[in-house]
This record gives sequence, C-alpha cells and structure tokens, in this order.
Amino acid sequence: MNRRESLKALGITTISTGLLLDACKTDDKKLKPVSGADDLGDTELTGLEEFEKERLRKLKKEPAFFNEHERATLIALGDWIIPKDEVSGSASDAKVIDFIEFIVKDIPEHQVPLRGGLKWLDVQCLNRYEHSFTGSTEQQQLEILEEIAYPKKAKPEMHQGAVFFSRLRDLVATGFYTSEIGVKDIGYAGNVPGHWDGVPKDVLAQYNLSDV
Amino acid sequence: MGDIQIKKSTEKYDVIIVGSGAGGGMAGYVLAKAGVKVLMLEAGPFFDPAKDSKQLQWPWQSPRRGASVTRAFGDFDGAYGGWQIDGEPYTLKDDTEFTWFRSHMLGGRTNHWGRISLRMGPHDFKGKTFDGATDDWPISYDDVKPYYDKVDRLIGVYGTVEGLENDPDGIFLPPPAPRLNEIFIMQGAKKAGVKVIPGRGSVLTKPLPGNNDRGACFFCGQCNRSCKAYADFSSSSCLVIPAIKTGNLKVIPNAMVREVVVGKDGLAKGVSYISKDDMMEYQVNAGIVILAASACSSARILLNSKSTTHPNGLANSSGIIGKYLHDSTGAGMSGILPQLLDRKRYNEDGVGSAQILGPWVLDNKKLDFPRGYHIEFGGGMRMPSYGFGSNVPVVNGILPGRDGKMKDAGGFGKSLKDDYRRFYGANVGMSGRGMAIARESNYCEIDPNVVDKYGIPVLRFYYKWTDAEIKQAKHMQETFESIMHAMGAIITSKPAGKEDNYGLHTPGDIIHEVGTARMGDDPKTSALNKWCQAHDCKNLFVTDGAPFVQQGDKNPTWTILALSMRTSEYIIDQIQKKNL
Repeated sequence: MNRRESLKALGITTISTGLLLDACKTDDKKLKPVSGADDLGDTELTGLEEFEKERLRKLKKEPAFFNEHERATLIALGDWIIPKDEVSGSASDAKVIDFIEFIVKDIPEHQVPLRGGLKWLDVQCLNRYEHSFTGSTEQQQLEILEEIAYPKKAKPEMHQGAVFFSRLRDLVATGFYTSEIGVKDIGYAGNVPGHWDGVPKDVLAQYNLSDV
Repeated sequence: MGDIQIKKSTEKYDVIIVGSGAGGGMAGYVLAKAGVKVLMLEAGPFFDPAKDSKQLQWPWQSPRRGASVTRAFGDFDGAYGGWQIDGEPYTLKDDTEFTWFRSHMLGGRTNHWGRISLRMGPHDFKGKTFDGATDDWPISYDDVKPYYDKVDRLIGVYGTVEGLENDPDGIFLPPPAPRLNEIFIMQGAKKAGVKVIPGRGSVLTKPLPGNNDRGACFFCGQCNRSCKAYADFSSSSCLVIPAIKTGNLKVIPNAMVREVVVGKDGLAKGVSYISKDDMMEYQVNAGIVILAASACSSARILLNSKSTTHPNGLANSSGIIGKYLHDSTGAGMSGILPQLLDRKRYNEDGVGSAQILGPWVLDNKKLDFPRGYHIEFGGGMRMPSYGFGSNVPVVNGILPGRDGKMKDAGGFGKSLKDDYRRFYGANVGMSGRGMAIARESNYCEIDPNVVDKYGIPVLRFYYKWTDAEIKQAKHMQETFESIMHAMGAIITSKPAGKEDNYGLHTPGDIIHEVGTARMGDDPKTSALNKWCQAHDCKNLFVTDGAPFVQQGDKNPTWTILALSMRTSEYIIDQIQKKNL
C-alpha cells in the first residue's frame, strides 16, 4: 500500500497530510541524550558489578529514543494519568518522562508498543479531530482517553489503544510513585533506621485489635 | 595467540575451599578459627555488605527504579547473577524444565536470601522409616541437633518455642511483632484451621550475645539487599570476613574453578581455575579440598574432574553425582484485604525475613500426597519500586469506591491517583514452600556438546515433577484460599488449576536445589559418607546443598550451615589424628 492508498484506507482524504506526516514520522536527525547523561554518582554505582556500571553509563549516553513530538505526547498523557491535585504534583512535576526515556532503553520490549501506541493514538485523533493528540482540544483528548482507559469496556476497534494505555499507565505510575514526590504522596514512612514495636496502639484500636 | 600456560602456585595450603556461600563460609570460618591455613576460591567479586549493600537507598536513586534488568530480584537486591548469566549457559534435556540460579560473589546467594532459618525435623532425616516416601539420611536429627544449636548461637535466629514434632525449636532471639496484615492473616488462619506461628529468621532482633562485630537490626525490612550493620546472616559478613581477620584464610575472588586435580594416588591434590581478571589458567594445591560451590556447581566440578583413577568423574564410582537433584515445591496466591483500604500510614518495614510462618502440621493419612509445605506471607506498606501500583487499575473495578459505588477497572486522573493511595498497603500474599521428593530420575549431567565462555563443559538438566508435588500444590491453593476467605480478602491472582499444575513453580525457581552428591553409608548408592567426605577420595569433602539425601519443607540454609560446621570439626579431628 502506498501512502495515498493508506490515507484513503484510513478515511483521510481532505485533511492536511503534512500534519499527518509530522505526527507519524520518526525524526531522522540524531537526537541528543536527554538529560543526566553523566549524573551517575557514588550512590547509584555503589555495589554494582562492572558490567552493570558500564551498562548504566552507556544507556545514559545514548541519544534520546523518543523524538520531540513523542516526548511531548508522553508528557501530556502522563499528566492526564497523574495530574496535580491537592496532595501532590503531577507526573511531569516528578519528571516521569526521564524515567520512561531511560527505561525504554533499559527494557527495549517497551519500545515498539510505546512508539506504535503513540502513533495509533495520533492517527485516531487525526481521523476524528484532524489533529494529533497534543494538537487536539482538551475535551477531545479526554474523549479519546475515556475510550481506551477502561480495558474491559473498550470497544474492539479501540483494544490496541487500551493495551497501549495500560502499559503507559503502569510506567507512569512507576515513574511517579518511585520519585521523591510520589513516595511522599503515597505516604511510605519507612527506609529509616528505627525500631519496630508492632502496630501502633491507635491503629489496633481502629480495627478492634487492642486485645490481640 | 600465545601458548596456554598453567600458573602453578608454590604456596601450599592445608585446605582449599571452592565457594564462599553458607557451606563454604562456615567451613572457612571453623577451619580458620582452628588455625588451619585455608585458601578460598570464589567465582565472583569480593563483596562486603558494609560497603557494597544498596540498603537504605531510595527508589529514585536508581534510574531503573528497582526493575529486574541486571539482577533477577531488582537492582537493589544483594545477589549478583540470576537464573541466566551471560556466557555461562546450561541446557535442558528432552523438553524438561529446570532453571538454575547462580550468584557469583563473596557470600553467594546468602547476601539476598529470605533469612528464613528452619531446622529440618526428625522425620525429614528419616523419611523411609517415617512413611516410606523418601530415602533415609545416614544421620538423624539427634546427630545434627548439637550443630544446629551451635549455629543458632554463632549466627543468631529469632523465633518462638513451639514444641512442634517436626519443626524443632532452636535457641531463639525474640521474634519481631506482627504487622497489621499479619495480624489479619493469623486471625484468618485460625478461623480456617491453619497453624501460624511467629517466624524464624536469622536477623538480630537483639544484639547477639558475645559478638561485638555485628550490629543489631534497625528494622528497615531490607535484608534482601544485605545488611551494612551485619545484623542478618550473610556468609560474607558473618563468616568469611571474620575468617579473613584470623589471618588464616585468604580469598581469591573471580576464580572460576575448572576441576579438582587428582594425584596418581587418586587423592585430591588441588584445584585448577581460570581467573576472570586475566583469563589465565591457575593451579593451587592443598592437602584437603572442600567443594561448596552450590549443589549443581559442585556436581559440575566433580563430573568434570575425570582422571585415570576416577574415569567417571571424581567421587562418582557410583554414577550418582548429579542425580537426586531436587528443589522445593512452590506456589502462591495474592489478594487484597478490603479492611486495609485507606489505611493509616506509619513505618511498618519490620524485619526483612518472615515475621510469621505457617508450619506443616497436618496428618498425611487424610491426604493424597506425602509430607507437606510451610507457608510464607507477604504484604504491607512497602517501599515503592518498579511495577508499583500495576494492580490498582485492575482491582479498582472489583471493589466499590469510598462512595460505595462500583466503577470500571482502569481509569486516569485524580480518581485513579486517589485509588493508588486507597489501595496502598492493602495487598496480601502467600507462598508455599514444600518437600519435593529426591528422585534418581531427576538430575544434572555434563552436556556433551556445550562449553561456557571459559571452555568448561556445562550442565544439562532433566527434571520432572510427579503427582506427589502437583497434589501438594493443589493442597496449597486450597489452603491459601481458605485463609483468604476466612479473613475476608479478595483473591486477585490468576486462578491456578490442573492445566498449570496448580501454580507449581518450575523446578529451580525456589532456589533450594540440593541432593546432587548425596551422603550415605553405601558407596554404591551415595557419593559421600555421613561426614560429607567422598567415599572414593578421603581428602575431598562437599559442604553445600549437594550432600542432602532429602530436604524437608524447610529452607536448606540452616541445615547446610549445621552440616558444614559438623564436617569442618570432623576435618580438624581427622587432621589431629593424622588420618588426613
């Protein structure tokens, strides 16, 4: 299928093909490493085997996997999944994108499903709203997310989107709740030297376990 | 390419020990303390938990946030290696399954293990006499008990005196108090008629009497990372490093042993190894060789040690090396405790070993399989790491929200963010670890076609579960379910059934593999005598999991330690009597 045929097959005949191309093309230009290429400190390197150190250094130096459009889309999706609320900041506040950018190099099985899923999403939006996901209105973005965010309820033609979204949601949750902001939000109170005397009295009382 | 040279050391040692885990570490400790000159060869790098542990690091201090990419249990875990190691393959025979966990580093797998420290019981040593399902050891619980006692005092273990028939009590430090989810488990188990007792773990809940080198536990729950304060048992921190301090033990790290070198008299003369540092071949000599490289690695070394006097491999005139390989059975279940939704936050890290334990106390006369399993429990408000919350978008469709209304599973935005908080710490897990029968038909052998990157012929495994293990797994699932229901939990793990052997893990998964050079009185049906000394070669000993005739439903480390101590004292005695 050539490009014109595939556009036809998608039902796209009148909209700007430039936009479509822009949303779907992979950047040819060499992408720079994102950030933190040389921020591996003593803490990170403590107790690592040599091959583990080399692997980290190499991955940190690799050019970015996601192009700017993909990156912007991931950031937008991340903030849809974990927005700022009265307790804590958003996925972008916790720099979840940096974690995702690293982990797709570390666990390459994520690469095709994420890249392909982002394209799937853009093509869907283009079909419906004549814009990529990030170019669509907030209402439109919400509309399409509602159709892929509930796997059991997603229509058959939206299943690929739902599978993509579930993967991304899990990665965003990891990226957020393993960040300083996220650990504070979830209320994990450990990882400090202390003493464990058992369940606090008020908690035992709350569950009627004071006699246990 | 230049000629290959074998560098022969002129230094002579009394004893060479291959491996630095529980079995090697204990032998090194006992011998070095007694003034014996020991050389220890370790296939991996030096590792000192005080310096090299990832203890107390936060998830964001690793760019992969604890994912299991380079280490099987995540990158904060204390064990190097895993079920697959680059350049060190193993193979499988006839589509059977076995998976082999190796950790090349000082202390081996003891740097990350669960520290669940159980003695085998009287029936475990005398299975044939007890019910005929398994073979008898040549020794009884009473033979090993004094050494269990000494290991308890030397290393420290918490627990409670329970007086159970086949789970002997030890010399215990106080156990940690249960977490909230563990209280619910104990109540649920009681209702379901399942016995649950305080756990038994080698963690110093109090300072160890008479030991000034190790700190007491500060309750971070991270034993799997290895302890900077030496407050739990790792062979590195508790045995090898103290042995080095005596001046009588030297460790050569990154030394991958090829074979035991045998003299014309058929006795062990030394060991040949390749150094991973310079890829050169070395040979070192000693009057006594102890293999403690892990059950399968020791079997591999023995099978690869062929000579004119031992054409079948060393200690293998019986042809039994590699046979009777067995790993514990394992199956699990996970769920959510609805009463723990929206729970109050506080630090409940506790200890990183089992705080409670379900021992096996049932009567097999009413069951369709021999012996049984113990249950380990999990759950609670743990440190987030890679994969955190991945079950939340699934379970938020199973339980009603705070408003009492049901909603669809999945979602995004503020309501999902709220769900992550709501479900945090409400999970509960159960794992069974049971007795698998040691069978001659399950084995490892040398693959005739494959070598590793050091040119050492590799192991090939053949292992099949039988009805006994599968029925045990079925019983585990039924027991887990009864506890889950009794405490009002909602089961979230995939239902296990006949089609997947009731969730029975692949052999090797539980990392309790033992039995590959079993002891016995008859040289035709065993490789070692009751002192873990080779029938065919009196100055060769094996002190890892290989001498096990039959494991119980107990994690093997405490027994490996006790047997290694017993063998080491025997060696000292034999040296004094000039028999060695």
